[in-house]
Amino acid sequence: MSHWAPLARLARRRLLRMHFESRIGHLGGNLSALDALLVLHHRLMRPGDDFILSKGHAAGALYVTLWSLGLLSEEDLASFHGEGTRLAGHPVPGWSERIGIATGSLGHGFPVALGMALKRHLEHERGHLYCLTSDGEWQEGAMWEALIFWAHRRLPNLTVLIDVNGLQGFGSTREVASMEDLGPRLKAFGLAVVDVDGHDHEAIAAAAAAHPGALILLHTVKGKGVSFMENRMEWHYLPLSEAQYAAALGELEEPAATLHATGASA
Amino acid sequence: MRNAFCAALIDHARRARYFFLTGDLGFMALEPLARELGPRFVNAGVAEQNMVSVAAGIVRAGAPCWCYSIAPFCYARPFEQIRNDVCLNRLGVHLVGNGGGYAYGSMGATHHALEDYGVLVTLPGLRAYVPAFDADVAPCVRVMSERAAPAYLRLGRSELTDERELPPYAAWRRLLEGAAGMLIVVGPLAGSLLRATRERPYASRPTIWVVSEIESGGLELPQALYDDLARAGALGLVEEHVAAGGFGALLLHRLALEGRTLPPLMHAHARGYPSGRYGSQRWHREECGLATPQILESLARVRAQARP
Repeated sequence: MSHWAPLARLARRRLLRMHFESRIGHLGGNLSALDALLVLHHRLMRPGDDFILSKGHAAGALYVTLWSLGLLSEEDLASFHGEGTRLAGHPVPGWSERIGIATGSLGHGFPVALGMALKRHLEHERGHLYCLTSDGEWQEGAMWEALIFWAHRRLPNLTVLIDVNGLQGFGSTREVASMEDLGPRLKAFGLAVVDVDGHDHEAIAAAAAAHPGALILLHTVKGKGVSFMENRMEWHYLPLSEAQYAAALGELEEPAATLHATGASA
Repeated sequence: MRNAFCAALIDHARRARYFFLTGDLGFMALEPLARELGPRFVNAGVAEQNMVSVAAGIVRAGAPCWCYSIAPFCYARPFEQIRNDVCLNRLGVHLVGNGGGYAYGSMGATHHALEDYGVLVTLPGLRAYVPAFDADVAPCVRVMSERAAPAYLRLGRSELTDERELPPYAAWRRLLEGAAGMLIVVGPLAGSLLRATRERPYASRPTIWVVSEIESGGLELPQALYDDLARAGALGLVEEHVAAGGFGALLLHRLALEGRTLPPLMHAHARGYPSGRYGSQRWHREECGLATPQILESLARVRAQARP
């Protein structure tokens, strides 16, 4: 792994703590998406770029990413899922430039990002759009409506990443919807489709930089980084017990030096 | 009204830079607008969910956006997109539904919009605009643009051939004064009722109000309406929309909360398809008591029953 590995470990530890303290599950899909979020927000996005989290259930990973950039405080993260919080279980709008719209119901973020990209493209404006979807989300009809529109319009200022962890809420994407061949299906629409290891920061950054206007399939592991969560469907929902939390932290060595802007440690 | 709408948006394009999305509808009507807007006129295809979300994205990116289909396709299929992407994010998408109520007549039930504005005004910040006359369309476009908030414009067909003597557009307008009860009407039905009664003597014609803007939390009732209500011997509420969630329900809720004493009441509204048979807009109106003579008879009956 690259020099980003300590940041990835730090962010994972903080994510686990946030979810443990608030007794909230949804960890599996957060851990599979976290590396892509870190790469996007630390390395790829430039001023004027925008990000839409279409898989809104990875809100925790997004909040921790924003914390790692110094855009959210420890106090903010402590409010996750609490009373009067802005850090709801799925992103709510109106308080952060990095959270452009409310998401959570699947199949919404991608077409909204498409609209933003369309406006900028037709008005010759700068600013790239990045959108992260889940793989199960591609069972929503609205995603395919959006794909048809994108393929027709050929907007080069949008990159859609898909967190292909292969598991959804009540089964695998193969068992539920025969989605093991998602890549070829997408490719059939005439768009560029790129496959990368969704936990390899260098590969993600290189693919996104080299293929603007593409679909990037992030081949990921649900629960990545915690052995007893990896590829286990139940971690789509379950919260951590105290013993599980301690065991998970034991697998994620605390980085010797923090790399993020806040200087805080998890 | 579709032509009036097209003309209003062409005029608006000379003052404002906006996008227009259509769900593959508008043939033989919107071509001049397409020419005016160029690439900012987008046929989003037969994909209303995507169209509404894309419209939200366009507004999020800083440009006003109009979003057009026939009324039932405009609000029912993409309801979650309107709720989540438009209203929860407070994005001023302007939804336009052509052919509200039974306007598409014998095209069948799937093409009718009988619960459109009632459903939509439950959403935060969304206001429905229901022009009654062709002349209302341009002011509606102007008000919607200035407000820059989620909006739904329900287009129909003006039922008044001569609109020259109408009072200027307002959310609430008194069209006619009379002493034979009071009607408050949503949309183009007001034109037919006005035509049928305006030549009558004062004593035998109703006072007619038309309402063109509906919002669940924000009905701003003019004082003149309260004054007319206090004098009216009977009140009729008229809308080509089902009763549940409709304008009548909203108005009566508001008046009840204010503790107003109401005159004897009738409510003429859409009733779906009682016979299971289909016909023109006129046929459906007659089946549910929304034809002009039926409305006037119903109001007269309520007045008569109320007399000692």
